[in-house]
Amino acid sequence: MLIVDVLTGGVRGGTAIMFAALGETLAERAGVVNLGTEGCMLVGALGGYAVAAETGNPWLGLLAGALAGALLGLVHAVAVVWRRADQFATGLTLMFLGLGLTSLFGAAYVGKAAPGFDPVPLPVLGDIPVIGEILFRHDPVTYLTFVAAPLLWFALNRTKAGLLVRTAGERADVLHVHGYSPGLIRTVAVTAGAALAGLGGAQLSTAYAHAWFEGMTAGRGFIAVALVIFAAWRPLWVVAGSYLFGAALAVAPALQARGQSLNQFALDALPFVITLVILAVLGRRTLRAAPEELRRVFAR
Amino acid sequence: MRKIITGAALAVLATACSANTAGTATPASGGTVVPGKGSTAVGFIFVGPKDDYGYNQAAYQGSQEVAKAFPNLKVITAENVPEDDNAARVMNSMIAKGAKIVFATSYGHLDAALKVAAEHPDVVVVQQGNLITGSAPPNAGTFFGTVYEPVYLAGIAAGRATKTGKLGYVYAFPISQTIDNIDAFELGARSVNPSVKTYAVNTSSWCDPAKQAEAAANLLKQGVDVITQHQDCTATVIKATEAAGAMTVGYHADASAIAPKGWLTGSQWNWGPLYSDIVRTALGGTFTGSKYNGNFRVGYKTGDNPFVQSPYGPLVDDKTRRLIEAAKDTLKSGSPFAGPVRDQEGKVRIPDGTTPDYETIEKIDYFVEGVVGSLPKS
Repeated sequence: MLIVDVLTGGVRGGTAIMFAALGETLAERAGVVNLGTEGCMLVGALGGYAVAAETGNPWLGLLAGALAGALLGLVHAVAVVWRRADQFATGLTLMFLGLGLTSLFGAAYVGKAAPGFDPVPLPVLGDIPVIGEILFRHDPVTYLTFVAAPLLWFALNRTKAGLLVRTAGERADVLHVHGYSPGLIRTVAVTAGAALAGLGGAQLSTAYAHAWFEGMTAGRGFIAVALVIFAAWRPLWVVAGSYLFGAALAVAPALQARGQSLNQFALDALPFVITLVILAVLGRRTLRAAPEELRRVFAR
Repeated sequence: MRKIITGAALAVLATACSANTAGTATPASGGTVVPGKGSTAVGFIFVGPKDDYGYNQAAYQGSQEVAKAFPNLKVITAENVPEDDNAARVMNSMIAKGAKIVFATSYGHLDAALKVAAEHPDVVVVQQGNLITGSAPPNAGTFFGTVYEPVYLAGIAAGRATKTGKLGYVYAFPISQTIDNIDAFELGARSVNPSVKTYAVNTSSWCDPAKQAEAAANLLKQGVDVITQHQDCTATVIKATEAAGAMTVGYHADASAIAPKGWLTGSQWNWGPLYSDIVRTALGGTFTGSKYNGNFRVGYKTGDNPFVQSPYGPLVDDKTRRLIEAAKDTLKSGSPFAGPVRDQEGKVRIPDGTTPDYETIEKIDYFVEGVVGSLPKS
């Protein structure tokens, strides 16, 4: 059934975006925008693929992808939090840095074979009609997001660490009063968020595409940043948004594999049109949901 | 951005060399000019990197075989040469270094190649893959293989191997070369399995692994059990196909290593012999008026097709191999597009008894009967 295939494709293709968007949620809840998410995904994609190829272990690759993303995120945090650099300019620079670094060091891994993650249907759950096919017949890294998203929600809303992150994003001064360093908290949040983006990149190269190619994230990092805004900084809405975007990407191949006549170029633009429409419709309403400290960044 | 930087670098390079090139442009004596004769070097320009595991790498390997075959010649290569005036500048700088034979290996290099040929009557300029309209200048030509012929043969292997009767084709853009390939693949498969269908899915990119993954997943879901492609990077589709237990027909390179179970066969480049023969002809002073002095297309009819069949995988049985050998013999006097060829609507596009020439085939802009899907509309 077309709808089942599109939704299955949405989960398959939305997972990389979800990792990045969850990471960006964490960073933005602490009051920092990381437009360099695309770059973090790229270094994660290459780092993950390269380490999987060199060690023969895709799990080590995944770890390396997260580390590579985290390193790039740390650069952002240092520049933005400690040196007070402009968030947008730094983020964009970081994106180009990631693109440049990966095309330079990635050339050796284009076309190179590496072990990766193949789909592993979950016992019992995978046998459920429709739902099983859409959700439970994917690669193990996809299953990680089933845990990561609720975990992030729980951590942000029900733990002290989450409270500190949220306070850094809402009223940094309060942290000072209580003897915490908002800068340190933001640094940790941005770095951890970038690690998630790197993980998303590694999922793309080692589990989804089973290949590395320069620029292979193709704008997914930017979609992730936009998604965080229209998900109103809530992890569980990020999940829905990621799958929506993944499904939009899956419509064209699902239709074509059925021999449907269609306007290819309109379909290719669909995910971006959806993003734009949602952002425009929500408009300033999203800004009201924004972390207080972030609003200063956006509403300048 | 890389293009801009390369462009700037090339501009500087060209300025530095222009004093030299001016001198070589006109023949030393007023007598007859024999293009290419006595050349001490051969130049090759590529549109992409020499290690892309595809088109450019194959062309680069061809240039290295020329270097081996002609140890006295200096082989000069340039990667990432854009398809604009910069190509002419790079070729001029190669000519300044003594090259009187220049290969412009990308489709879009033709305009620059013809410009350089006009400026340097003593230099042979050949272009890979495009067509010169009208008569070629005495020192220029184009050449290419008939890519679709080995694809047709691979189609036979696919048509024989499929159990579901559904083949998949992942392609980038609906350019004529690709349309020829998709059609030839289906025609080959139909020749041994009349009810077989080829499902065509495009990615709108020469290499977008994520889109390829989604395309392969959807084809497999539809019951397709043999997948081939026309993409610059091919690993993603092949790995997805192999992981699903389906079969692969390769393109550009022998990728049987990543599909040990499902690899059937494929098509790959082997430019060395043809490049070397063009160089030999030019060095001997017989380029003008030769078969290379025009739009040279080589297929099984004319001899050494630079596009050759990849080795067979374990699933290709003896009967299939014999059928393919027989088809290869037929192609020596025929064509995959020998009539009658019908389009998707069943309309006869190439009448019975007609064998279209290469130029007609390179202008085919429709899918044949049995291909499922439609060309992207803009």
